[in-house]
Amino acid sequence: MSSALIDLVWESTLETLYMVAVSGIIAALLGIPLGILLYVTRPRQILAQPVAHRVLGLVTNIGRSIPFIILLVAIIPFTRMIVGSSIGTNAAAVPLTIAAIPFVARLVEGALNEVPPGLVEAAQSMGATPMQIVMKVLLPEARGGIINGLTITVVALVSYSAMAGAVGGGGLGDLGIRYGYNRFNPTVMLITVVVLVVMVQVFQSLGDYLVRKSDHK
Amino acid sequence: MISLDKVSKTYGSGAGAVPALVDVDLDVPQGAIYGVIGLSGAGKSTLIRCVNLLERPSTGRVHIDGQDMTAMSAAELRAARHRCGMIFQHFNLLTNRSVYDNVALPLELMRESRQTIQERVESLLEMTGLADKAHQYPAQLSGGQKQRVAIARALATRPKVLLCDEATSALDPQTTASILALLQEINQKLGLTILLITHEMEVVKTICHRVGLISDGRLVEDAEVGDFFTAPRTQLGRTFLNDFLELEPPRALVERLEPTPGEKTHPVVRLTFSGDSVSTPLISTLSRDHGIDVSILQAKVESVQGRTLGLMIAELMGQAEQTTQALATLESFDLQVEVLGHVQRTD
Repeated sequence: MSSALIDLVWESTLETLYMVAVSGIIAALLGIPLGILLYVTRPRQILAQPVAHRVLGLVTNIGRSIPFIILLVAIIPFTRMIVGSSIGTNAAAVPLTIAAIPFVARLVEGALNEVPPGLVEAAQSMGATPMQIVMKVLLPEARGGIINGLTITVVALVSYSAMAGAVGGGGLGDLGIRYGYNRFNPTVMLITVVVLVVMVQVFQSLGDYLVRKSDHK
Repeated sequence: MISLDKVSKTYGSGAGAVPALVDVDLDVPQGAIYGVIGLSGAGKSTLIRCVNLLERPSTGRVHIDGQDMTAMSAAELRAARHRCGMIFQHFNLLTNRSVYDNVALPLELMRESRQTIQERVESLLEMTGLADKAHQYPAQLSGGQKQRVAIARALATRPKVLLCDEATSALDPQTTASILALLQEINQKLGLTILLITHEMEVVKTICHRVGLISDGRLVEDAEVGDFFTAPRTQLGRTFLNDFLELEPPRALVERLEPTPGEKTHPVVRLTFSGDSVSTPLISTLSRDHGIDVSILQAKVESVQGRTLGLMIAELMGQAEQTTQALATLESFDLQVEVLGHVQRTD
């Protein structure tokens, strides 16, 4: 394996990690609050707002139902507005983030739904405000489930980032397509797949470790 | 201390409306332990949740310590809930908080200082016998220990009232006894007023001063525990009592019982006696004065809130006129006589 190829794989790995990190962090920052809102506005929940809940749910579902490759090109004007360009790694991070936000939100909503209703009732009986219930009961009790959801999101982002090549975003998936597939170089294809497998393994193990560590169930 | 005034709760509306509570009036005096008993689905759970407004009554008023809970703003209600602790059947402890932090939670919600929290939590853990468990997590505790943590947590804000929602229903008999002893201790030491709901007569018998029986959302009995156990006023009350005392006539006897006296039958009676009548030499009196034999089929003596309660199922064996006179004599004593039926003489 030539050193040029090693450099290429290394560079692509960093690009993938960069896209996953940026979109993962921003999606978590926006998706967790959205997931909380989805949950607390449910009927019979602490801030039941059936109409707001339905609107949020609809928007979230629309976000989740658009195929990523279409989203990637469909929001190009928006991407240009945010990062100033429609091509490159940063440009790929924008649609990745947009796709991940509703994904995170639904996983967080699901994790919160696993918190036994009795715990919320107990907190209410202690005179907790809705904000206190979220911060001191729901989030800490759903911590394991939320970390698990974020792990799933990160792994999904690794996979989605393979499509970033379509807008010149680079990354391992792009490397595999251009060198491995288009130039009939099975070695490159194999290497990118192996690196991706290792990366996903590492993320999943790290996530599992954090879940175990944070949960006392 | 706690008073419910014509409290009703209806779920749903229109044709699908389900009444869960109907015009419940209830008063729990300061320092009392009041037990509400009833079958599943009778409305117990709704009743206790209406007290701290986890469920808002459809109509009626709830007062705690003179304050109208039903007229409060959301913020006032939260403040009032700090003065009203609650424990639950399934403990409802936060799994990701240590024992210490669980007990500290209500104080954190009130934004108490770290020092106040530490003092309060440590003394509560001491009182509930959990001092050595402070840094364990709920998953490491037994059911009884979890309920102790829940009790400590409910007392952290120094409430005047404690609501217990089937607090011992998930526990085995020994653990139940130790939790009840703790509740009684709290009641006596801190003067805490306790309202509890349960389906176990044992709980009522062991710690309650007063009892209410709820049936289809209505409070059908409301009496001192001693009175309820010696003379329940409703059929449901009697059923609860007989189930609890396991004083149903033996099955073989029930099959032989006839509703009306015949040519050659003996009456079978259930005698319930309390207080002074327990010490009356009943059987020998009947034997001597009426010349009959008394066959005791079942008997039990219970002590409830300092009152002695005796129950007996007996067959009065003798000639018809003798047993009739004996029954009349029984009626003249200070006890309850219930003729269960008549059995054919086997002699």
